[in-house]
Amino acid sequence: MAASHLLEVKNLTTEFRIGGSVIRAVDGISYYIDDGEIVGLVGESGCGKSASQLSVLQLIPMPPGNIVSGEAIFQGIDLLDFDPDGEQIRAVRGGKIGLIFQEPMTSLNPVLTIGRQIIETLVLHLHMDRQSARKRAVELIDLMGIPDAKQRIDNYPHQFSGGMRQRIMIAMAVSCNPNLLIADEPTTALDVTTQAQILEILRNMVKAFNTSLLIVTHNLGVVARYAQRIYVMYAGRIVESGTVKDIFDNPCHPYTLGLLKSVPRLDEPKGRKLVPIVGLPPNLGNMPGYCAFWPRCSKRSPACKKKPWPELRLISGQHYTACDYDFDKK
Amino acid sequence: MSDNTLLEVKNLKMYFPVTKGLLRKTVANVQAVDDVTFSISKGETLGLVGESGCGKTTVGRCILRLYRPTAGRVIFEGQDISLWPKDKIRPLRRKIQLIFQDPYSSLNPRQSAGDIVGEPLTVHKLVKNNREYRERLGELFRMVGLDPGMQDRVPHEFSGGQRQRIGIARALASNPSFIVCDEPVSALDVSIQAQVINLLQELQEELKLTYLFVAHDLSVVRHISDRVAVMYLGRIVEITDWETLYENPLHPYTKALLSAVPIPDPSLEEKREQIILRGDVPSPMNPPHGCYFHPRCRLATPECSRVKPPLRQIADNHAVACIRV
Amino acid sequence: MTDVTIQIDNPMEIPFRRNGFIRFLNVFLGRKVVVFGAAIILALIVAAIFAPIISPYDPYSQNLSESLQPPSRAHLLGTDRFGRDVLSRIIYGTRVSLLVGIVSVGSAAFIGMTLGLIAGYFGRFINTLIMRFIDALMAIPPIMLALAIASALGGGLWNVIISLGISLIPTQARLMHGQVLTVKQADYITAGEVIGASDWRIMIKHVFPNCLPPLIVLITLNLGVAILAESALSFLGVGIRPPGAAWGSMVNDGYQYLLSNPILSFAPGFAIMLVVLAFNIVGDGLRDALDPRLRGTI
Repeated sequence: MAASHLLEVKNLTTEFRIGGSVIRAVDGISYYIDDGEIVGLVGESGCGKSASQLSVLQLIPMPPGNIVSGEAIFQGIDLLDFDPDGEQIRAVRGGKIGLIFQEPMTSLNPVLTIGRQIIETLVLHLHMDRQSARKRAVELIDLMGIPDAKQRIDNYPHQFSGGMRQRIMIAMAVSCNPNLLIADEPTTALDVTTQAQILEILRNMVKAFNTSLLIVTHNLGVVARYAQRIYVMYAGRIVESGTVKDIFDNPCHPYTLGLLKSVPRLDEPKGRKLVPIVGLPPNLGNMPGYCAFWPRCSKRSPACKKKPWPELRLISGQHYTACDYDFDKK
Repeated sequence: MSDNTLLEVKNLKMYFPVTKGLLRKTVANVQAVDDVTFSISKGETLGLVGESGCGKTTVGRCILRLYRPTAGRVIFEGQDISLWPKDKIRPLRRKIQLIFQDPYSSLNPRQSAGDIVGEPLTVHKLVKNNREYRERLGELFRMVGLDPGMQDRVPHEFSGGQRQRIGIARALASNPSFIVCDEPVSALDVSIQAQVINLLQELQEELKLTYLFVAHDLSVVRHISDRVAVMYLGRIVEITDWETLYENPLHPYTKALLSAVPIPDPSLEEKREQIILRGDVPSPMNPPHGCYFHPRCRLATPECSRVKPPLRQIADNHAVACIRV
Repeated sequence: MTDVTIQIDNPMEIPFRRNGFIRFLNVFLGRKVVVFGAAIILALIVAAIFAPIISPYDPYSQNLSESLQPPSRAHLLGTDRFGRDVLSRIIYGTRVSLLVGIVSVGSAAFIGMTLGLIAGYFGRFINTLIMRFIDALMAIPPIMLALAIASALGGGLWNVIISLGISLIPTQARLMHGQVLTVKQADYITAGEVIGASDWRIMIKHVFPNCLPPLIVLITLNLGVAILAESALSFLGVGIRPPGAAWGSMVNDGYQYLLSNPILSFAPGFAIMLVVLAFNIVGDGLRDALDPRLRGTI
């Protein structure tokens, strides 16, 4: 392992207190991202993938949220030590760490022109003067492949299509030369061809600016195409991690395997039967003491129920799984 | 057409007027569906794929006669239903059904699951008495994999996948022969999608159903369909069987669409060609001249901006609307 | 933040199921002030029904020798200028207030909701016709309308009810109309159409029940409004005519003795305030309890 990572998250646990119950949305997860890397964080809705990212940037509403424990070391500094409303964390958000959300319309201010919003960011984080900030904003918009950047910069968010708005979000996110981009379901609300456009732009940004990119998504295809390493989350935990090849060619957690078998593939032969994962995701407010995937697991044994959820164990290289089942024996 | 044809759509057009002012003067038309022709045989699944705003949902709603088509014909079981009045359509609703995308909005939150599924039975008077009604309800619940004991629960007590099953049971209640599935799995989680897709396939086999499967997800559409029609800006650009679609797509838009869909296989992804389209889909209020796709097309020639390409049959089971093919 | 919402994914896992009504009661009665409001309304209803039993005196019998007495053990709130017991008149006054409130709001709600439902559901020409009519009705100030009716037909209980009823129709119709337009967008309305249900059936079974929650709140709030308006009309002398026991006219009667015998006006005034407050509190409580966002949470 490298001496220091760009971002290293250790044992992050986040809980939400809703009604009378405590929901552990993120349950002691650890992961890292290196310079220039594209990492995928995969999971279904409610698995804690978004909550973990919001926790790292202290963006979860507190209360009801609460970061119980953990560290998020970014360039040698623990982000969780900062005051959640303080100056320092705000300089990181939107500065050194750029954020891209699923729904750009809610992240852009509808009553300000997009140019103004980008210029504000530049003035705030990079202390540029307005004139050069405007020039830079036009460059950024142009870089995102939006035609007539000079004119369109004075338009309002609603005058753009969904795909265009997402490009503007990316322009804002990369405007301050971030070291890390976090894209939370950046293309879920978009059509496939637009999705391809957006992801291509993101990939080019990573190359051009040598930033790192963390894609949070439920789409296995997207990570297979773009990511180098993957973390798979289930019920608040990372259940498997490794390089894309590790995960797709040799999945070692029944959940990952189940996901791969349950999605239709474009290149599949006719008559391939999908194998759904039976049952439903667990209720995070009422977790069993054993592996939370057990009720849905195809490889389960009675022994699994007698021990706590297994810790991640090394398979080979960078490949870890949180399951004791030995896939090689078969 | 052969006797086996269940549904034929001929030159279907659906324009929505854009009105302005107090007198509702029509200032423009949104050409949601522009000259669409296809047919579906009994027991077949035709996939209708395209991006948002391409008119695929509108085609489904015209067939269901939720809209009255601007022009063209919808021929179901040999009868042209495109101009039938409302009271004549109502009995027909037994035979043509719809499965919705959104499992939350499609169920009345104030009805119990049993009432929702049983309503078609009451409306069409398909059962003679209460006992028959109960029996049929139980049968429908079991058919879609729900416990009949859950009939008294209201929708919010079910998960998304279970709600979708309730919606399917409602669609099946009147014994339809044809079902329009409008994005039936796109609102569901990955692991639940497969359950619903499998259920739809099993039901089709068991009940000899015919589907029009409308979706934006090419992988899902290809998985479930026998033939696939690709739509762009209100027109069908290519229609072919599921195998040719992936092996030998001809229309440049189909190719771009296919290449945009990532396959969960990194080794394969490294080798695949990626076509990134330029720009956005033009507005259906003001589509480009000639071929609607030409401003974004790699193969476009000056001629493409002049000629509206017709859907040409180029092989037995393959039609393309492109002059460069 | 879709990631952190609670999901009750498997109904089998819910430890105990509570039906909608119990959940509603839990929220509704969870706030002390709402219980207080509800208790007042309940007490008023009881007072109205059992007025002859509860009131110490006949509210109409005059006894001029005992006129304008201050509060005493015999007359807890004193007597008015005709020597009638003020407490008894206030208790009988609840009858008038509740009757006016319930009948005028009830009929306004029925007519307004029907109009709003039809206008919103069918749209187009019918919509324009009904809603423009409602707009015209809305332009007339309720007190003006009541005065006009009173001057045309004379005052009295039923004319008050009619004029208040008419003036309350627009708010009910407008809210219903807005609700229908929202609910109509839902897929389950299309679903009703797809299964072949008639317009009538869709309107009654699918549209109407889902429009209801904010309308129930409005009805409660309007009850307060109507009672207040009735008092105002009676105060102005176009409402309940003497010797009828209505709070508004009692305030007016006592007005002349405001300095010497303030209780004559204050007691009925306080009753009016209490009732309007109670209905507003209960209206707020209903709004919270019927809020769809609370649905599905445990």
